[in-house]
Amino acid sequence: METIQKKAGEDVSDELALVQAAKKGDLEAFSELVNRYDRNIFRIAQHITHNEDDAQDVVQDAFLKAYQNLAQFQGNSKFYTWLVRIAVNEALMKLRKRRNEKTVSIDEDVETEDGSIPREVADWSPNPEQLYGQSELGDILKKTIQGLPPGFRTVFVLRDVEGLSTEETAEMLSLSIPAVKSRLLRARLQLRERLAKYFKTRKNGEGQR
Amino acid sequence: MKCTEFLRELTDYLDGTMSERMKAELDEHLHWCHDCHVVMNTTKKTIEIYRDNQLYELPETLRNRLHQAIMSRCRDSKRGKENC
Repeated sequence: METIQKKAGEDVSDELALVQAAKKGDLEAFSELVNRYDRNIFRIAQHITHNEDDAQDVVQDAFLKAYQNLAQFQGNSKFYTWLVRIAVNEALMKLRKRRNEKTVSIDEDVETEDGSIPREVADWSPNPEQLYGQSELGDILKKTIQGLPPGFRTVFVLRDVEGLSTEETAEMLSLSIPAVKSRLLRARLQLRERLAKYFKTRKNGEGQR
Repeated sequence: MKCTEFLRELTDYLDGTMSERMKAELDEHLHWCHDCHVVMNTTKKTIEIYRDNQLYELPETLRNRLHQAIMSRCRDSKRGKENC
């Protein structure tokens, strides 16, 4: 397997050839598509489900579903966009099952403004990442993003972590572009507000942590 | 420009997806509004921290295991179709 991950969506024409081959039953071609995107799908699934077992299931189920439905992939969008759409739906289904409720959707908490109005306006330490060890920092970042409603964190992960465009994110989540922008703004502001308590500059006399 | 108006445009400002004219207005606001400057700066850091610290890397052993499971399920599915 490759050690350097290709940026999702690169080599579009080459990718189309792989998809065409896979459609005709070439499993090697499909295996190459799995190699290209499994890490991205795993990350996205983990962010949505917060559960490693569920994320593993999502990776498997999403790729299997993609394989079984390749005939329906028209090539109007990138394969990766189509795949993420399947994976996000699978991940939300897992989350719903785990919470045993029907309300988890990408539209959840749309009207919530809480936490989007900046209250904490102290500047951060010049190098906030140096205040914590790598694993402690990872825990803080995970805990913080898990506190966001699923609809917000999914948009944030696709746009800001995976680096997809607003248009691609809108297509993947079946949302309008203004809806993606609005969720992204609120997700960013809420994360900023929550991280401030860990990263803000300490005044004299205040202990480090 | 009010702070609330600035905040509404923050995402486009950080992504650099706005007209020159709007950017100039926002820069002007940032010049004198300390609070918005801090919010802009720390929001930018928020994005960078999440982008630079990939939280859920897929370990290579698990990756291989998942890959095998996926391909085995795809093979079963292909076989099932062929036998239909």
